[in-house]
Amino acid sequence: MTTSKATTSANTFGGIGGNLPRPDGTLKVRGEFAYSSDLWLEDMLWGATLRSPHVRARILGIDLTEAIAMPGVHAVLTHDDVPGEKHYGLDRRDQPVLAVDQVRYQGEAVAIVAADHPETARRAAKAIKVSYEPLPPVVDPAWALDPASPPIHPGGNVVRRQPVRTGVFLDGPGAPPADVVVVGEYEVGMQDQAFLGPESGLAVPAEDGGVDLYIATQWLHVDRDQLAPCLGLPPELVRLTLAGVGGAFGAREDLSMQVHACMLALRTGRPVKIVYDRQESFFGHVHRHPARMRYEHGADADGRLVYVKAEILLDGGAYCSSSLAVVGNAASLGAGPYEVPNIHIDAYGVYTNNPPCGAMRGFGAVQACFGYESQMDRLAAACGLSPVEIRIRNAVSEGSRIATGQLVDTPAPLAEMLAELAAMPMPDLPAERPGPDLRDLPGGVSQTTRGEGVRHGVGYAVGLKNICYSEGFDDYSTARVRVELLGGKPHVLVHTAAAEVGQGLVTVLAQIARTELGVANVTVAPADTRVGSAGSSSASRQSYMTGGAVRAACAAVRDRLAAHGPAESLTEILALTGPIEETREYRHRPTFPMDPFTGQGDSHTQLALCVHRAVVAVDVELGLVKTVELAAVQDVGRILNPIALEGQIHGASAQGLGLALMEEIQMEGGRVLNPSFTDYLIPTILDMPPMRLSILEHPDPHAPYGLRGAGEPATLSSTPAIVAAVRNATGLELPRVPIRPEHIALT
Amino acid sequence: MNDDEDLSAPVTMEMRLSVNGIGYPITVDTRETLLDTLRERLDLTGAKKGCDHGQCGACTVLVDGRRVTSCLTLTVALDDREITTVEGLADGSVPHPLQTAFVRHDALQCGYCTPGQLCSAVGMLAEARAGWPSIVTADGGSVDARLDEAEIRERMSGNLCRCGAYVNIVAAIAEVAR
Repeated sequence: MTTSKATTSANTFGGIGGNLPRPDGTLKVRGEFAYSSDLWLEDMLWGATLRSPHVRARILGIDLTEAIAMPGVHAVLTHDDVPGEKHYGLDRRDQPVLAVDQVRYQGEAVAIVAADHPETARRAAKAIKVSYEPLPPVVDPAWALDPASPPIHPGGNVVRRQPVRTGVFLDGPGAPPADVVVVGEYEVGMQDQAFLGPESGLAVPAEDGGVDLYIATQWLHVDRDQLAPCLGLPPELVRLTLAGVGGAFGAREDLSMQVHACMLALRTGRPVKIVYDRQESFFGHVHRHPARMRYEHGADADGRLVYVKAEILLDGGAYCSSSLAVVGNAASLGAGPYEVPNIHIDAYGVYTNNPPCGAMRGFGAVQACFGYESQMDRLAAACGLSPVEIRIRNAVSEGSRIATGQLVDTPAPLAEMLAELAAMPMPDLPAERPGPDLRDLPGGVSQTTRGEGVRHGVGYAVGLKNICYSEGFDDYSTARVRVELLGGKPHVLVHTAAAEVGQGLVTVLAQIARTELGVANVTVAPADTRVGSAGSSSASRQSYMTGGAVRAACAAVRDRLAAHGPAESLTEILALTGPIEETREYRHRPTFPMDPFTGQGDSHTQLALCVHRAVVAVDVELGLVKTVELAAVQDVGRILNPIALEGQIHGASAQGLGLALMEEIQMEGGRVLNPSFTDYLIPTILDMPPMRLSILEHPDPHAPYGLRGAGEPATLSSTPAIVAAVRNATGLELPRVPIRPEHIALT
Repeated sequence: MNDDEDLSAPVTMEMRLSVNGIGYPITVDTRETLLDTLRERLDLTGAKKGCDHGQCGACTVLVDGRRVTSCLTLTVALDDREITTVEGLADGSVPHPLQTAFVRHDALQCGYCTPGQLCSAVGMLAEARAGWPSIVTADGGSVDARLDEAEIRERMSGNLCRCGAYVNIVAAIAEVAR
């Protein structure tokens, strides 16, 4: 049995490269897939959370008397009841399990209740009396940069400042001479992941004094590593099992109700279920960092970049979450996939009393991409070049260096991708068809005109995203693979802790095992903490990392089988040996920190590219936009499952469309104004246009099968391409996303 | 809170609820939504609570073959109506053609919206077959209601999919609509 033999039979066996259906698909279409909110135990209690109505306040006292006295209430807990560490956090442990002496954002958890009915729990939470002394909040991130602003945490409000300096900027801030200089200021609003399955989980106290938590999350082990210290328990007594995940997109990287449910379960000795409703969900997870950016691009008369200067200010809100990494991405990728000899970037993340911001698909890179791509269009106009030509002229390729000085040592066919994108056929524009069909107009059937104000536009954008964890993080995944005879036939069991969040990882892991072992019958076991960490379902990394771990474990199994000689069949060997099981950890090439003063360093292990073309119809009188078509070209190195991959590009493009045209958590003085799906709009099936895709396979020799992580890159380029198309249709500057109707109609 | 005390005394009613061909004699709180009855009392957790406000469509079920958001439907009003949830779409072990098409076209990712998408699509196809227009034109007529992709989008716009599987959802429904 060899890899090559197995690979040749890949499609017979359902190996990599085939359009395998997702193994959980049948349960999902039958309504039988158990999401975390579907879990049920007969004797369980329901948890509820009391949250701060204030943006910033001192807590003077908490009176639980009335809540505890309510019939059906089993526990009412505050920070006093946290058994262990009172704080948790991904990058810094700065977030209290329950507010201690102050609240730092509206919606911060203050107290928790367990009761025998969800409504009883909710009413008991309302009956808790908290005495607050409101304090003036810091809600302007620019003010947070000022050392005179009141510190939200000890050490001040700057979470991270990361400069990048190359070329002449190593000697000072003075820009080199350039024939053409364009300057722009841009803003990105606060986007929400808005997964459809709100935060939920079920904590079950165990006889050994520990707790079992069934939870929808992105990374079981990092949840456990934060949970166990807060619960005052050794990690082995805190066991997590992945429950069905109703979407993630970064919002399940941080803890939400995990510690709360476990505290209540341990206190009451009963299973406790917590399910957030939609409004609470908006307060229960981090959001995408809003950004304010100033960019200055200098080029020669031919449009070749001479320098890029950028200031990128990211509002991290009340707690750190992933802000350190978000700033690192914005800085290191802040000039985009272009060859630029002189770079001067300052990226900042700050604390404010706004809602905490952290991971959302493409973090850090998404914000910067809107800035640098808006600039490239300005530069194109100033140089008299087309948007495609200016990008091709400056495109990185293998052998280029990005802003950090890191060599692009794998294929980076950006120019080829742009050429292919530009050559794709254009869609039929509705206006060129006979008769006004309201369905074709911006605003659809609610349109009150006959399309007199409709203009069309086309826009292009490219994006550069790091894949896997960066900046020296010890990024690894673990897989256990067991081969045995079941009913006389070989069967493979793949066990990892990797979170299937809808991306189709379980499909791909089974495909890899089939390819590596040549066995058709593969089961992917439920993810839990009985196997080593798989790392997070984030950073487009799971096919790469857990895929790599499964491949390595399969290879180890194959080595043991090979010891029995090539002549014997797998069935014969297994009949002799019994089950063969191997566990392997997989690591990507190491990465290194960014220099604190120059930002230089090989901070990323893999870079990925996506390019988009957007065609839009804009009603300039009503300010409405309809995206007519999105086209994309992405290089994924190697396609493991075409249909699942296309789904990732569709979904990433849709979320980029949402950021371009509708999605924003709106705030006033730190208060969220629109925590509902009536007021926070996400794209519907009407908003999402048909897509034209071209997927390239230029392998990365450092990655398993040459693959390149694919979940995020399309999120980057979708937004600026759509905005560029709206600019093209209207002639407006549109420096801010999401574009609102009044930005178009009332100008 | 004082008002709460007065209003909290439950008013209940005995009724027969028919779901997926099975009659359930139950006593319901008159404030209870169909979604809560299904999920918390009948152990039918297929219909999902995405927003509980009728905004996302994840709770869509069929009442006498017509789609409703079960989070905005009071159970007490459904005496002697026939309710179909995602669990009842298949014919025994034979999946509904839309269920098959959703799997084949990968018209789902996390799958949380899928029960609602499927029930909505079943109801939508019936509406289209019955000749219901999706849009009325200025002169009081209706546009061609052929279920091309644009028309499928038009009629499915009440069901959100945050994974953005829309392209494949359209393809799956179009295949069955043909």
